[in-house]
Amino acid sequence: MSDIQINIHSKTYPAIGQAGHHAAIKNLKLSLTSGEFICLVGPSGCGKTTLLNIIANLDTDYEGEIRVGQQQSHPKIGYIFQNPRLLPWRTVRENIELVLGSDQSPDVIDPLLEVMQLTQSQHVYPERLSLGMSRRVSIIRAFAVDPEILLMDEPFVSLDAPTARQVRELLLKLWQERPHTVLFVTHDLREAIALADRLIFLSAAPMTVISEITVPVPRAERNDEKAIEAFRQQLINDYPEIKKLL
Amino acid sequence: MPALSLLVFLAVWQGLAVYLNNNTLPAPETVAKVFWQACVTGQLPFHLGVTLLRLVVSFSIAMLLGCAIGIVLGRNKKLDAFFDNWLVIFLNVPALVTIILCYVWFGLIESAAIVAVVINKLPNVIVTIREGTRTLDQDLLDMARCFNFSRRKTLVHVIWPQLHPFVMGATRSGLALIWKIILVVELLGRSNGMGYQLHLFFQLFDVASILAYTIAFVAVIQLIELLILKPLDKKSLRWRR
Repeated sequence: MSDIQINIHSKTYPAIGQAGHHAAIKNLKLSLTSGEFICLVGPSGCGKTTLLNIIANLDTDYEGEIRVGQQQSHPKIGYIFQNPRLLPWRTVRENIELVLGSDQSPDVIDPLLEVMQLTQSQHVYPERLSLGMSRRVSIIRAFAVDPEILLMDEPFVSLDAPTARQVRELLLKLWQERPHTVLFVTHDLREAIALADRLIFLSAAPMTVISEITVPVPRAERNDEKAIEAFRQQLINDYPEIKKLL
Repeated sequence: MPALSLLVFLAVWQGLAVYLNNNTLPAPETVAKVFWQACVTGQLPFHLGVTLLRLVVSFSIAMLLGCAIGIVLGRNKKLDAFFDNWLVIFLNVPALVTIILCYVWFGLIESAAIVAVVINKLPNVIVTIREGTRTLDQDLLDMARCFNFSRRKTLVHVIWPQLHPFVMGATRSGLALIWKIILVVELLGRSNGMGYQLHLFFQLFDVASILAYTIAFVAVIQLIELLILKPLDKKSLRWRR
């Protein structure tokens, strides 16, 4: 399957004009077990997006290595970017159909559109959508490819609370039906606790791992806000350095 | 409104012709007669057709080559740095020089005429498409790469729609440029086509025929704009709000 070993010695953005060079990541070591749900928590601008881009093989300009399982071929990746990145000249449905593999039937899209309440808008061009709707389309697009690794970069920002809750439930349902590795970037600790098997706290740039914590709350109790809040308080009390991050 | 402005144009022309009462500016009516005559004898359609055929062939070659080279140069910094000087050189060689050189090197043949037109137009297309390629949205290209789009898929669905305005720009300026150059090409080394005919009428001082041919040509270019380019624009821009 797709265990991932991440070992990045350093990632530096070169100086351009007035801005000096910027060390984004330094000595970051992470190992992800296949099928694990992991939340990356860290202050904004610390380099989380850079890390996701490196894992997605979009950024190859770094020192270190990333090993994905034993398989030679690159795993199938679903990536929910921070901005939706839809093709404005293709309709909602076309945008999703484009990412499907040749072995996939376009019918897989319909139930996803239904859950995200986008069936009505499937033939609309993205410029007519609100940001929240575009974001939901980009979420469907990443789910639709049946990824082995799902990268999510603060995907629920700008969704209203009820929709966010629904999407979160859908995400968990899909993940339980067909386990895949999820890397979920957020700075909302409650959300992270509700979703993750394991939390990884990251420092400000140059980014490195501060601590890794397995969430002890059983999956069945994740809907209980009190249990989540209790664990959050406990975390903040036990790890003063986490409190500084939030 | 367009009809009115055309009428005013004709009225001014008629007025000037009557006022000058001179062979060098025939009245619209005379020109219309000559036009009709030339159409009936088949002279005008034949020469116009020959010129249009050359236009289509040289335009297609220039656009295809120009788009391909433009995209490659826009995507590849090293190649671009290398060929930049070449482009500047070709952009600044006068059209007349290319035409003469082509005839001298390849002889007074059809392919030499086509090559001369293509060489004149090509650098313009390359530069326009290269600019377009440089402005491509990297976020969307990353998205395509991340979701394993094939090269063809990326070109058709991600790159081409972004280049469309640049291609349309190159098409419009290209048509205008090419048909002017084609006339010179024909005048210098071909024995048919509009340029050849105009040269003949010039030697005979036959202004009415020159104007009749000009009107035919302008009308054809307008039709291309109305029937082909405008609908294309409309179709490809429907996604905009």
